[in-house]
Amino acid sequence: MTATKFTNDHEWIRIEGDTATVGITDYAQQQLGDVVFVELPDVGKTLERGKDAAVVESVKAASEVYAPIDGTVTEVNPALTDDPATVNTDPHEGGWFFKMKVADPTQLDALLDETQYKNMIAELH
Amino acid sequence: MTDPNALKHTPLDALHRELGGKMVEFGGYSMPVQYPAGILTEHLHTRKAAGLFDVSHMGQVRLVGDGAIAAIEKLVPGDVQALAVGKVRYSMLTNHKGGIIDDLMIARREGELGLVVNAGTKDNDIAHIAAHLPAGVELIHETERALLALQGPAAAAVLARHIPGIDTLGFMSETTATIAGVPISLTRSGYTGEDGYELSIPANKAEQIARLLLAESEVMAIGLGARDSLRLEAGLCLYGHDIDETTTPIEADLKWTISKRRRTEGGFPGDAVIRKQLAEGTHRLRVGILPGGRAPAREGTEIQVMGKTVGRITSGGFGPSADRPVAMGYVDCAAAALDTPVDLIVRGKILPAGIVAMPFVPHRYFK
Repeated sequence: MTATKFTNDHEWIRIEGDTATVGITDYAQQQLGDVVFVELPDVGKTLERGKDAAVVESVKAASEVYAPIDGTVTEVNPALTDDPATVNTDPHEGGWFFKMKVADPTQLDALLDETQYKNMIAELH
Repeated sequence: MTDPNALKHTPLDALHRELGGKMVEFGGYSMPVQYPAGILTEHLHTRKAAGLFDVSHMGQVRLVGDGAIAAIEKLVPGDVQALAVGKVRYSMLTNHKGGIIDDLMIARREGELGLVVNAGTKDNDIAHIAAHLPAGVELIHETERALLALQGPAAAAVLARHIPGIDTLGFMSETTATIAGVPISLTRSGYTGEDGYELSIPANKAEQIARLLLAESEVMAIGLGARDSLRLEAGLCLYGHDIDETTTPIEADLKWTISKRRRTEGGFPGDAVIRKQLAEGTHRLRVGILPGGRAPAREGTEIQVMGKTVGRITSGGFGPSADRPVAMGYVDCAAAALDTPVDLIVRGKILPAGIVAMPFVPHRYFK
């Protein structure tokens, strides 16, 4: 089963079995502007929900990307090192940041579903 | 947080919003940081063709009267006496310690001077200048004028379509002209490292002139984000970041702005400090810094040599034309020589970098 959830901080997380793929939303990349550098976590790193997992830099500023849930990094997206702008052009697919082994699936219940996330974005305007 | 209702607006505010400008606070004004094209595109377009910038937030001030030159020389280390009518010079207001109260442009006109000062500092500057003016010199803050910058290699050709012959105006020169029936004054100057102009326009005609220039195929509206990356690549200082009341013009590597006569005679605030630094050198110097990798190093980043702190970055980011991160900052003089290897501490990690000459992208001023 594949399900995509969202955080209040504009990360998306797609769950397939006990593995999750994490990226930032289209809304987030629009707010950031042109992405020029992405710092990804090391494979094997233990991530803690709500804590720093990656850094995304636009021309103007650096922004943190937070881990949506606890887990261990299993893979990072090499395309972002070669072409960081993939985050702008394809945020929900080719612009994924890292994959992680899910430590506690019940943490997913606290995240937003797509409708809830869209409603939250709408309220920001 | 600043009350958004308290923000000031330039005469082009409605146009910025119509163009989709993303509005942010800067220097007390609501200003476009970027338009839908984005900072990267806006930056590269300015270097390739021409960009139009609203810089109406900056302060335009006239000092009128025969004593204006002597009066301003008591406040800046720049040589204004040597400035011919119709010429423009970059200088700075200094304090008694030799620190920089603001940097500014000074244009000499018949019987008066025209100053352009920074937005965030203009109220303080005006009070400071006014408090030091002798009888017979009048300060006029031109609040009903807009300032537009047209910058880039196509700027001269574009403007000459509307002001015949303006492409021959010399660099750092000022003149008056008429564009679309509107009388303006303009200088050949800018803040991007490119050829270009700054146009001082009556506020109620600014939108009309901006639309006229934006209708030219080469011209794109450019926000403050690209203005910052363009000036950083050009090695130009941003007040409040690269220079402030704690940095002297000598430490800031701006001694080229002080002529031999002014070095010898002094007669400006902080002259004792500045002349001593000219004779004996300084402890620190503003330098260009080139990070070795792809990660930008931002303002505040610590600079180390062999594990010891030698300075900090004051402006840093990604240079779209340089296609790599670029930065400037202050380092101890022992670490200021070109090609000195330094370490930048970014998020706890060491990024190797080098001290380099600026600009990062060659200036292309009109000669």
